[in-house]
Amino acid sequence: MNPFSSGTRLRDMIRAIRACKTAAEERGVVRKECAAIRAAINENDNDYRHRNLAKLMFIHMLGYPTHFGQMECLKLIASSEFPEKRIGYLGLMLLLDERQEVLMLVTNSLKQDLNHSNQYIVGLALCALGNICSAEMARDLAPEVERLLQFRDPNTRKKAALCAIRIIRKVPDLAENFINPAAALLKEKHHGVLITGVQLCTDLCKASADALEYFREKCTEGLVKTLKDVANSPYAPEYDIAGITDPFLHIRLLKLLRVLGQGDADASDLMNDILAQVATKTESNKNAGNAILYECVETIMSIEDNGGLRVLAINILGRFLSNRDNNIRYVALNMLMKAITVDAQAVQRHRATILECVKDSDASIRKRALELVYLLINESNVKPLTKELIDYLEVSDQEFKGDLTAKICSIIAKFSPEKIWYIDQMLKVLSEAGNFVKDEVWHALIVVISNASDLHGYTVRALYRALQTSVEQESLVRVAVWCIGEYGDMLINNVGMLDIEDPITVTESDAVDIIELAIKRHTSDLTTKAMSLIALLKLSSRFPSCSERIRDIIVQNRGNLVLELQQRSIEFNSIIQKHQNIRSALVERMPVLDEATFIGRRAGSMPATVSTSNGASLNLPNGVAKPSAAPLVDLLDLSLDDAPAPSSSGGDFLQDLLGVDLSPASNQSGTNQASKTGTDVLLDLLSIETPPVQSSSSPPDVLSSIQDNKSPVASLEELALPSSLSGQATTPVGAAPMMDLLDGFVSNPPKPENNGSVYPSVVAFESSALRITFDFSKPPGNPQTTSVQATFTNLSPNVYTDFIFQAAVPKFLQLHLDPASSNTLPATGNGSITQNLRVTNSQHGKKSLVMRIRIAYKINDKDVLEEGQISNFPRGL
Amino acid sequence: MGIRFILMVNKQGQTRLAQYYEYLTLEERRALEGEIVRKCLARNEQQCSFVEHRNYKIVYRRYASLFFLVGVDNDENELAILEFIHLLVETMDRHFGNVCELDIMFHLEKAHFMLEEMVMNGCIVETSKTNILQPIQLMEKTS
Repeated sequence: MNPFSSGTRLRDMIRAIRACKTAAEERGVVRKECAAIRAAINENDNDYRHRNLAKLMFIHMLGYPTHFGQMECLKLIASSEFPEKRIGYLGLMLLLDERQEVLMLVTNSLKQDLNHSNQYIVGLALCALGNICSAEMARDLAPEVERLLQFRDPNTRKKAALCAIRIIRKVPDLAENFINPAAALLKEKHHGVLITGVQLCTDLCKASADALEYFREKCTEGLVKTLKDVANSPYAPEYDIAGITDPFLHIRLLKLLRVLGQGDADASDLMNDILAQVATKTESNKNAGNAILYECVETIMSIEDNGGLRVLAINILGRFLSNRDNNIRYVALNMLMKAITVDAQAVQRHRATILECVKDSDASIRKRALELVYLLINESNVKPLTKELIDYLEVSDQEFKGDLTAKICSIIAKFSPEKIWYIDQMLKVLSEAGNFVKDEVWHALIVVISNASDLHGYTVRALYRALQTSVEQESLVRVAVWCIGEYGDMLINNVGMLDIEDPITVTESDAVDIIELAIKRHTSDLTTKAMSLIALLKLSSRFPSCSERIRDIIVQNRGNLVLELQQRSIEFNSIIQKHQNIRSALVERMPVLDEATFIGRRAGSMPATVSTSNGASLNLPNGVAKPSAAPLVDLLDLSLDDAPAPSSSGGDFLQDLLGVDLSPASNQSGTNQASKTGTDVLLDLLSIETPPVQSSSSPPDVLSSIQDNKSPVASLEELALPSSLSGQATTPVGAAPMMDLLDGFVSNPPKPENNGSVYPSVVAFESSALRITFDFSKPPGNPQTTSVQATFTNLSPNVYTDFIFQAAVPKFLQLHLDPASSNTLPATGNGSITQNLRVTNSQHGKKSLVMRIRIAYKINDKDVLEEGQISNFPRGL
Repeated sequence: MGIRFILMVNKQGQTRLAQYYEYLTLEERRALEGEIVRKCLARNEQQCSFVEHRNYKIVYRRYASLFFLVGVDNDENELAILEFIHLLVETMDRHFGNVCELDIMFHLEKAHFMLEEMVMNGCIVETSKTNILQPIQLMEKTS
């Protein structure tokens, strides 16, 4: 019987499978065949083993599991007949992989076959080894392979070379053994051996630096000569492809030369001639020629600089770029990306062509071209290029829009020469593709808008106009709603008109209309609606005539099923109705959002640990461990150098709270620039607005608008209502007492008395048991920093132990605490503790220092806690 | 490194030959094949033969009813792989004489043998058709 003819049975099986009309039928047929094969395996059927294996391979290709056939492969390999061995090895390579333990059983057979007298069998074994050997097998059989690298038959040598590549990859330590034999291979004439030898050398160079050195010294010239021979060789029918002898060998040689020449000037010199020859003489009307040119250009770009060659290379690139064949253009774009690092000027010359490619109909080319354009942008060409890209954005198709939008946004963010241009471009992008824009992008836009104070009027009017036309773009709606809420009065009164603007009349009710639309639209999502609500609140303060109407709109959401909206609507309603006296203060214009902090925070200032620790802090205001507090505190620009951990667990709670500054710079309604989970959660505790995704906020973002001086006190009020802070939902009931507390709240911050430039020491804090005195000094040359020496005096007859002083400051201050002189405060003023602090005031001259403090100590092992606020710092600090 | 897999798929998306040079489980393979084939089949004649997929590239070419897909690393020379596909087809053509899809299906192991002679472990071994076909013809003579 001819073991090679598949026999009618394999053919029948294939026919049967082809005849199946449905997947279920096919599964049935396959299952039957597998059962038959399994039965045959159990019977140890010798005759049909190979046929069964062939069937198994077909079934495996279709995607069915065939692991029961693995032992069959082993049996076939062990047989002495060549055909059976052959199919056994094939089965081995297809059905098994290196992770199976069964593979180890083959090692012995492999070893025998590697030493076989029949060179074809040796070849089989090398092939199998080369494709799937594992690390252990590699180690075992490496010596054999080494020996075979010098075998008489070139076919064996070439296979041994590729086998060696795999061994080196699996066991890099063995690389040294192969260096010498590999170098010998490079002198061969047989193309097969040569190509595999070159590949082996390339891999060796990558695996070991010694090998790289060795080859660089010894073999570069030989390689150059070989390449020259191949390039100049006469017509060889065997290896000829499209008039070029063995282009694959050309390419491999060029690759190896690249590896050798990279970073080494001498080697690069040796190659210059041959590279020039290949670059100029190769015909480029056929694909094979182009492939060689491509490789050549890559090599020229990677090796050490040679002006003439580089020019040659860029010319070839230019030719490729204008070729009509898409493949060639794709390849050219690829190369240009690498060429940019080498010679940006030359690439800039092709800018127009590249821009055309962005609009190409072929998806791969578009993608490449877009990346290339991104790399080409610099300050001088950013405006026209961005204009082109945005124009294209309108006509591009959906899958591409996402990529394109992201790239345009990052270009705008990186290179915008002036704020007005930034805002304009971002508005255009938002109008076109707002739904593809990521959250950070429009957060950043809001930060920029708030920083560009002279452009507020212009921006809000532009947004209003944009909103008339592109209502479906969610991000646009959000930004517009925020701006209209903030700068509504500028919109109505046409404040700050720039010359380029057309006049536009917007009445108060128009503004309210548009926000109402944003709420009512059923496609608006939660964030947009939430932002709209607060914008309405702001407008109710800025346009008192519309107050009633706004209240009506807000009230409609009182019964909304979403807790966030319901809560907001009830609380805002309550503010409008009952608390007009504080309403304007609550929704005053936000101060400029700090760009630098925002960028810093966005750039990954959140350590990964914070989010987990913040989970804890949300649930248990009282139970946060000290280590988790520290990263939080750092995040919020507060350096709090504490002495050993506070003794009471409640301490961290307060420290966390104090550590958060409620200054509006850190938040805004509906969006949170520090939009990472950590600060959100913490700000949750302190009733600052968060995106509804997270837990619902406590008493509303009303507090978020409070001025700095008020906020620390406000948080203290909240401390008195732990019920409204713990965990998740707060009820409106919780809100009401809050409001009442605020009613009784004195709005004037205490004014510091001292106006002199001499800074007298002040008694910062005095209670029946303790006095704290602050002495001030200014280090020379830095008017913003103040050194404070705090002296603690014990006014009671008891000794205080474990004395710890903590302080918290608002956002615009930075505090640094040195360790205290001691932890024990002797009684009745017999001694004192001193501690140095350094305060840096970023708003020096505009705002004075304010500090909240907390002192914890023990009297006879009983914990005592004192807190207070120090606002009597001398002015001018 | 180099070539990661070679697939021959017909226009209906059925795999006719699959040779992987890196390890993938069966489910991964089916998923991969499905995805890639959909992408390639959706493209028309004018578009270029290179598709980027995850972290590697697919170079493909259509011959009659069969698509030849080769997955390669990102740093591989795509035009060379295109040449290689053509070489593969020509070799099979020389052996089978006017090769068609059915030839490959019914003589799957021979197709595999040929591929084995040409590519090993993701690297191109031999590019001369005579050298490739010699052991196979020898086998056929002895059987």
